[in-house]
Amino acid sequence: MNLHEYQAKELLKKYNVPVQEGYACGTIHEAEEAYRQIKTQFGSPFAVVKAQIHAGGRGKGKVKETGVNGVKVGKNLDEIIDFSKGILGGTLVTLQTGAAGKVVNKILIAQDMYYDGPSERKEYYLSILLDRGTGQNVIMYSTEGGMNIEDVAHDTPEKIFKEWVHPGGGLLPFQARKIAFNFGLKGEAFKNMTKFVTNLYNAYTGLDCSMLEINPLFKASDDKIVAVDCKMNLDDNALMRHPDLAALRDVTEEDPTEVEAGQYNLNFVKLDGNVGCMVNGAGLAMATMDMIKLSGGEPANFLDVGGTANAQTVEAGFKIILKDPAVKAILINIFGGIVRCDRVAQGVIDAYNNMGNITVPIIVRLQGTNAEEAKKLIDESGLKVQSAILLSEAADLVKKAVA
Amino acid sequence: MSILVNKDSKILVQGFTGSEGSFHASQMIEYGTNVVGGVTPGKGGAKHLDRPVFNTVAECVKNTGADVSIIFVPPAFAGDAIMESAESGIRLVVCITEGIPTQDMVKVKNYLLGKNTRLVGPNCPGVITAGEAKVGIMPGFVFKAGRIGIVSKSGTLTYEAADQVAKAGLGISTAVGIGGDPIIGTTTREAVELFMQDENTDAIVMIGEIGGGMEAEAANWIKNNGNKKPVVGFIAGQTAPPGRRMGHAGAIIGGADDTAAAKMKIMTECGIHVVQSPADIGKTMATVMK
Repeated sequence: MNLHEYQAKELLKKYNVPVQEGYACGTIHEAEEAYRQIKTQFGSPFAVVKAQIHAGGRGKGKVKETGVNGVKVGKNLDEIIDFSKGILGGTLVTLQTGAAGKVVNKILIAQDMYYDGPSERKEYYLSILLDRGTGQNVIMYSTEGGMNIEDVAHDTPEKIFKEWVHPGGGLLPFQARKIAFNFGLKGEAFKNMTKFVTNLYNAYTGLDCSMLEINPLFKASDDKIVAVDCKMNLDDNALMRHPDLAALRDVTEEDPTEVEAGQYNLNFVKLDGNVGCMVNGAGLAMATMDMIKLSGGEPANFLDVGGTANAQTVEAGFKIILKDPAVKAILINIFGGIVRCDRVAQGVIDAYNNMGNITVPIIVRLQGTNAEEAKKLIDESGLKVQSAILLSEAADLVKKAVA
Repeated sequence: MSILVNKDSKILVQGFTGSEGSFHASQMIEYGTNVVGGVTPGKGGAKHLDRPVFNTVAECVKNTGADVSIIFVPPAFAGDAIMESAESGIRLVVCITEGIPTQDMVKVKNYLLGKNTRLVGPNCPGVITAGEAKVGIMPGFVFKAGRIGIVSKSGTLTYEAADQVAKAGLGISTAVGIGGDPIIGTTTREAVELFMQDENTDAIVMIGEIGGGMEAEAANWIKNNGNKKPVVGFIAGQTAPPGRRMGHAGAIIGGADDTAAAKMKIMTECGIHVVQSPADIGKTMATVMK
C-alpha cells in the first residue's frame, strides 16, 4: 500500500525521524491558515507548496489546467495562495503518472529548509528495502541526492553504497557511523545523521514497510538532518497488525475498477488490451495473459479469482471485465483441482444468464476434475460460449476471436 | 525415492483442527500419505481424523516420530509455526499459508540458517511425490507417476504442467511448489539441484515468474554443472507491466533483470529448453525426451 508524503512524514515523526514540517490542506483557506502557522513557527516568509499524489517527479511535473509545477516555493502569502490555486484540484502530469495525470486532492504547505547558515547545504539519497537475494533488509544510499536514483545507478554506480542489516542484531551503531562517514559528514551533522539513520530503520521495521525512500535526505545549513521528501510503501500482508495504517489508504489514488474488484475479493489489475481473462491462480493468470498475446490479442487485465470459482465470483469477474469497452472477448481459464469443473461451468452459465446482455464472445477452458462433464454442460447450455479442455485449444479459440 | 517426500515420510499437520488443515489433511490421507498426527495449541490430547493432536510440535515429534510438517496456520502465526518445527528437529517444513508479512520471513530465514531444516514455501501448493505422498493442497490425480521433476513458483500452473506432461505420455517423480513470495525457503536452484541428484528423475520442468533472480541463479547453476539432465523452462508474466504486483507478493518487475524476457534469455543461454507459450510445456518435454 502506498502512502502520501504528508502521511509518511507524520509516521516518521513518531519514530523521532526529523522531517520538513508542514500541514496537509484540502482547501485554499486551509492553505492560508497553514502558511500563517508555518511563518510564525519557523520565522521565515518562505514556504513550499507540494502536491500530494501517489507518484514521483512532482517538481518537474505540471498541472494540466494551469501549467504550474507540482512543487513550488513561495516567498509571501500571495504567492502561496497563487500556487495553491494552481495546484489544488488540478491534474498533475509527471513522468510517473502517464499522460492522464492524477488529480491533486491535497497539498502540503511545508517549511522551507534551504535557509542560509554557517555550513554548506547538502542533498543525499537514502532508501531501505528488502534484498530478495539475501533475504535481508538493505540500506541503499548515495551522495547524489535529489536525483533519480535509477539514473545514478546507471551512470555512476560507484556512487551508490549498500549496507545490509543482519536480522538478528538489527542496524548496528558502526553501520550507522559508516553511512554518515560515507556521506562525508563531521561534528554535529555526523551525530545527527547516525541518529537519523538508526531511527529511520526502526520506522521501517516498526511500520512493516516494504520500501522507504528519503530523497532528498537533507543537511541544512545549521547541520540539521531532515527528510525533505518521503516515499513509503507498506507491506500489504502486515496491515492486519496495523489497523491504524490500513486506515490511511487513499482509494481515490487507485484505479476504481481495481478498488471494486477488491470488494469482491478478486485480485485484479487493469491493463490496456482487448481480451479479458479470468483465471484461478496468479501464475496461471499471468501465463494466460502471455498466451493471449501469443494468439494475436492483448490482455485487458490480470484477474485471479482464487480457489473458489463459483457463480458469484464469475459474475463479479464478468462485471468488472466488461466495464472496459475495449474488451472484445473473454477467456475463462480454470484448472479445477479441489474445485470441480462442472460446478465452475454451472457458475459460468448462471452468471451469464443473470447478466443477460453479454455481447462479447466468451471462451471457457476448464481442465481438471470433471472437465468432460463441464464441457458438456457448457456445450448444451445453448449460450454463446465456446468451450475447450486443452490450453492449446483455448489459444486457438482466442486466435479466432481476435482475428 | 524421488525428492523430499516418499511413502516412508511421517507427516504432521500444524493447524490440524482448523477448517483448511482438516480438509487438506483428510485429502492427504485419502491419497495415501502417512499423516501421523497434528498440532493445535490448546487441543492436545484430542483425536482428529483418527490421529492424535498435540499442543506442541516437540511432543508430536516425540510421540509419532514425525519428520515432515505441513503448515495451515493463519499468516500472523505462521512464521512462529515454521520456527517451532525447526526447533523440534523437523527435516522438512512445507508452509502453505499465504500472506505472511515479509519482515516475519526475514526473521524466519535467518532463524533457519545453520539448522537441518528445509523450508518449502510459504504461499505454495506443497510437495507431491506421485503415488507415494502428497504434502500439499494439489489435486493428486493430476500427478501421474513417472520420471519428470517439476519445480514451480505457481500452484495451478504446476497442475497445468503436470497434466500436459501426463498427456504427452510421461509422468511425474516429484513436483515442488516453491511459492510466490519475495522470501521463500527452498529456491529454484536448490530444487533443481535435488532433481539433478535424484536417480528417479530424468528431466526437469522449471516454471518461474517475473520478480527476483532465482531463475537466473538456477539457470547458471545448471550450465556450470554441465546440463546433466534436460530442463524445459517457462516464465509467466511476459505481458505483465513493470511495478505492478501480479497476485503473488513476489511477482513484481523491479528492474531490467527480473522481467520475463530477461529471465528467458538467460535460461536459453544456459541450455534450457524455454517455451514461449504455457501450452507447449508437455509437448516440448516429449520432444526433448525422444
